[in-house]
Amino acid sequence: MPEPQPETTTARDSVGRTLAVAFLVSLLCSSLVATAAVLLRPRQEANETQHIRRNIVEVAGLLESGRDVEELFDRIDTRIVDLQTGNYVDDVDPLRFDPLEAARDPARSLVVPEELDVAGIGRRAKWGSVYLVRTNGELTTLVLPVWGRGLWSMMYGLLALEPDANTVVGIVFYEHGETPGLGDQVGKRPWRELWPGKKLFDESDELKLEVVKGRVAPDSPLAPYHVDGISGATLTGRGVNGLLHYWVGEHGYGPYLKRVRSQSEGS
Amino acid sequence: MRNEMKRALLNPLVDNNPITLQVLGVCSALAVTTSLLPSLYMCLALTTVAALSSAAVSAIRRYLPSSIRIIVQMTIIASLVIVVDETLKAFAFETSRELSVFVGLIITNCIVLGRTEGFAMHNPVGLSFIDGIGNGLGYSLILILVASTRELLGAGTLLGITVLPTTADGGWYNPNGMMMLPPSAFFIIGLLIWAVRSWRVEQVEKPEFRIHEVHRTEVL
Repeated sequence: MPEPQPETTTARDSVGRTLAVAFLVSLLCSSLVATAAVLLRPRQEANETQHIRRNIVEVAGLLESGRDVEELFDRIDTRIVDLQTGNYVDDVDPLRFDPLEAARDPARSLVVPEELDVAGIGRRAKWGSVYLVRTNGELTTLVLPVWGRGLWSMMYGLLALEPDANTVVGIVFYEHGETPGLGDQVGKRPWRELWPGKKLFDESDELKLEVVKGRVAPDSPLAPYHVDGISGATLTGRGVNGLLHYWVGEHGYGPYLKRVRSQSEGS
Repeated sequence: MRNEMKRALLNPLVDNNPITLQVLGVCSALAVTTSLLPSLYMCLALTTVAALSSAAVSAIRRYLPSSIRIIVQMTIIASLVIVVDETLKAFAFETSRELSVFVGLIITNCIVLGRTEGFAMHNPVGLSFIDGIGNGLGYSLILILVASTRELLGAGTLLGITVLPTTADGGWYNPNGMMMLPPSAFFIIGLLIWAVRSWRVEQVEKPEFRIHEVHRTEVL
């Protein structure tokens, strides 16, 4: 049953022509996009690396205006830690190691058991990077990469600690996709400034650090371990808790932090 | 022909401005105008996409089956936006982080599709290209005005250079915090539309509906 055709129909409206035009346009456009993506990739990756390095330098408190980030980053000793034992390993190139890429490789990673996966990351690499800042040969700050699921997105951050592996020097989230105006405060200064001086563990070595809902009562015995929540972003705060608890916990950098702590007490 | 080109280029600046007359593309005009530098990149991105997509659509307009013309235009626009976005990520990394999703959202910007569908589908390649540039510049003009006002009054700087020293830095200027928030762009664009329409009275829209006063005698 042929449908009645409008009078203006010409050859260009035939089914064959429609399919051909759709196919050719898709082919051309996808090659254009693919070419641009492939050609620009190396430059974009260099930018990403530089961005992370800049954040490491900043959270460690080394950033000086007018100084090149690469030069400042060279002062930081990058090491690789076997997360299970907490020991340094030397057979992995620290500057090339990418924990996210390694987490995708079954040979170099493991599945995080569901009951332990408070960060919502699924898999993690067997090793982790640590960035050590030394002043006159003595360890002054260590920086750990941390990441985990927030409300909408994976949040990628860095946690800087004093050599007691307990006191927070600073925290930064350099990449996330939390709600603009609410959850995105995790990446902004006013909230970050609440962190320095907070403690991860109490005297009995129990992990106490937490982002709470609302404000922290200043006279509360838990005040050294609690951080004000971001109003309107309870779930983002919960994500921050989850990822910190995972990464400084037993399944994350816990064994390494214990080793650092015993060393700093011993010396 | 030269006259047409000139018209296509200059008409969208004031007489047929995409923001103040057609009131299109307002979403990104609110979002990216907190400071001048990201706005300039946004203007560049939009102008590039508008010009190239208009030229591309015009080039294939005679072969384009009408049943799929909109989706083909969207495909072309989307591809160009991705290329522009990737280029910004490679060569203007910091700014591209600030612009975040808004470069990608040029795809849904009514100015671009409005020009390809409304102009490029019926006009030759060169003229469509110029028309895209003209509309991009019309958009840019408003964006730059809004962004300069917001950055100057909201932070006391222009392109990051201090113009009005703020009290926080020991100067005399107390920055207007509202200028940093999206509603201020609404007010500025509203004032701009008011100013343009007071100057060019022909842009004032005729009321669509006017209450007719009824006298008792008419009812009967």
